[in-house]
Amino acid sequence: MSVIDWLTDPANWTGADGIPSQMGYHLLYTGIALVIAAAIAVPLGVLVGYTGKGERLVAGSANALRALPTLGLLILLFLLISPVVPGQLVYIIPTIVVLVLLAVPPILTGTYTGIQSADPDAVGAARGMGYTKLQILWHVQLPCALPLLLSGIRSSTLQVVSTATVAAYLGLQGLGRYIIDGRAQADFFQMAGGAILVAALAFALEIAFTLLGTLIVSPGLRRTSRRRRTAAPTTVTGAIPRPA
Amino acid sequence: MPFPTFPRRLAAIAATTAAAALVLTGCGGQDALSSDGASGSSGDAVIIGSADFTESQLIATIYSQALQAEGVKVKEQFNIGSREVYMAALQDGSIDLLPEYSGALLKYLDSESKASTSEDVVAELGDKLPKGVSMLDISPAEDKDVLAVTQETADKYDLKTISDLVPYMSELSLGGPPEWKTRVNGVVGLEQVYGLTFKEFVSLDAGGPLTMTALTSGQVQVGDIFSTDPGLTANKLVALEDDKSLFAAENIVPVISTSKLDDTISKTLDKVSAALTTEDLIEMNGKASDGTSLKSIAEEWLKDADLG
Amino acid sequence: MTIDWIWENLPLIGDLTLNHLWLTLTPTVLGLFVALPFGWWAHRSRRGRPFIVGTAGLLYTIPSLALFIILPTILGTKILDPINIVIALTIYTVSLLVRVVSDGLSSVPVDAVQAAEAMGYRSWQRLVLVELPVAVPVIAAGLRVAVVSNVSIVTMAALLGIPQLGTLFTQGFQLRLFVPLVTGILLCVVLAVILDLVIVRLGSLATPWRDRTVAA
Repeated sequence: MSVIDWLTDPANWTGADGIPSQMGYHLLYTGIALVIAAAIAVPLGVLVGYTGKGERLVAGSANALRALPTLGLLILLFLLISPVVPGQLVYIIPTIVVLVLLAVPPILTGTYTGIQSADPDAVGAARGMGYTKLQILWHVQLPCALPLLLSGIRSSTLQVVSTATVAAYLGLQGLGRYIIDGRAQADFFQMAGGAILVAALAFALEIAFTLLGTLIVSPGLRRTSRRRRTAAPTTVTGAIPRPA
Repeated sequence: MPFPTFPRRLAAIAATTAAAALVLTGCGGQDALSSDGASGSSGDAVIIGSADFTESQLIATIYSQALQAEGVKVKEQFNIGSREVYMAALQDGSIDLLPEYSGALLKYLDSESKASTSEDVVAELGDKLPKGVSMLDISPAEDKDVLAVTQETADKYDLKTISDLVPYMSELSLGGPPEWKTRVNGVVGLEQVYGLTFKEFVSLDAGGPLTMTALTSGQVQVGDIFSTDPGLTANKLVALEDDKSLFAAENIVPVISTSKLDDTISKTLDKVSAALTTEDLIEMNGKASDGTSLKSIAEEWLKDADLG
Repeated sequence: MTIDWIWENLPLIGDLTLNHLWLTLTPTVLGLFVALPFGWWAHRSRRGRPFIVGTAGLLYTIPSLALFIILPTILGTKILDPINIVIALTIYTVSLLVRVVSDGLSSVPVDAVQAAEAMGYRSWQRLVLVELPVAVPVIAAGLRVAVVSNVSIVTMAALLGIPQLGTLFTQGFQLRLFVPLVTGILLCVVLAVILDLVIVRLGSLATPWRDRTVAA
């Protein structure tokens, strides 16, 4: 028996506990968390980047949020809401909240640095052409912000995919199920298999994001200008993922 | 070429950081990891472990304090996890001693065992323990896994015993710790002995808050609860009778690495085991869920038993 | 359940915090030293960079609980040995810092490098005396993220019973007590903030030529 055996055992690919099913749940939790996080972080980031105000506050709280221990927060939320929330929600809400808290900082940072990094020449040219402020935002700054915004979302996704394994701690599904169950049953191969699946999923998403980047980011931004001494920023230090 | 000054500062900072890290490693690593009765070398201290639920930790705390009162050096390493994990820890020397439950341990070591009374279990256990592991005297105190349902569920389906569940099993969800999925005293045994296949098994925890919440909120209809859990009465749960004796007698018994066993330890723990009763367990669990620290509960019990 | 619990258990809390500090700092420092050569390599090799940084980055996604349990089998250490935690966290730190070191070295202005060359510095001297110091702000920024991350990941070791602040979470959970739980969370945040500030301070001490108002 080995990890490869576990991964290739057809029994593990079928049924409610099977790998496709757990992957589905895992992506579901990830997706929900990302959508909510983007809904919060993108408008906030645009506001901060556009007005230039509140950057310090936002950057500071982004790092502070990172300091919150995932497990502790999960348990705290569960204990807080368990007397009042019924059924499955009592497990789902803490999980999603914790994942959203992790997902917001990279997207937020990516958005506002992206807007700020829009080439001032492009902005100036647009102004010269008579664009209104809002038109500049929509037609120039946002497209220029896309690489950093995408980088933020990408970081965020990696973070959430890796951390979504904690859902299993509260009895939910997802790839974390293999890790928690594997640990409880001392089934090392199940555990290792689960970890490999998470890494594989993250890898697949990385590739997907790279492809997405080539599709939607304007080619003008991908070329590095010869005037620059250093490469244009493509990653944001604050938007760095953290393992579960 | 003059040696510039700023890298000198950088080097100084790097050296200080490295030195600080080394110092912290040196002192933080050793001392901070041992709790009460810290010893210079962990070689001669008895490392006491426990499973990841309150009662196990409670009894381990009692062992720890009783041993310390007799001058034995101990190190505490509680909350390790399920039996599958801590037995591995016991065998590789990560821990030396922990409180066990006779029946569950026997089923873990020999899933075919049919022993169910205290005496039978002990007799078989003696043979089945792995090399290098010994057990001391069992205690009359017992804590068994029970399948519990809410009063409403019991009334609805007229449930008194586990066998009563069979006609309705396709409508019912079972909640228990993840290790139950593969255990004889778990999902596997329930199927083999009772013919029970529930609608689904939800992985929660070993009779802990997750299972209790799931049971009382209706997410599962049947849950694995410990017989000494004060929540049974507090939440008006009904413990179903184990009419086919799947869950054998679960007497508390100290399990220890043979190499660490000596007269003092054996005498002290035997006295503790003799004095411990099931009522004591229920009472102590009740105090724990009220918020009293496990240490004070253990101290109090030891004082009452004239062992601390 | 009152705040008295904190006073009653102060020595325990102290022990756990010190443990946590050791389990956080050791891998952070180790990870930095391991990441430096890899980051330098990624910086120098244009073709190798995406591969080196990408592979390092993927190490992140390995869930911590799985790594904690798999490492003893690979390394032959005992299953509950805290050294497994230190090594796992070092891996995560390296994973993060390789890209940061590489970016940091890339951010050094070409002028500075060329000036150093013109002054007669050899390549290792250039690296240690010019490029690294100038890269310090970027590396410090990454280091801050790494140390704060590590403070949080260490708490996962509570699922293995390894004593540190996360132990307060599992205790609080099993007994349904808020005080240990909240105490643990707050202490983690405080620890992270303190370590963050320490790195900021060390960073600015190491780069006295920078304007103090420029945030890392």
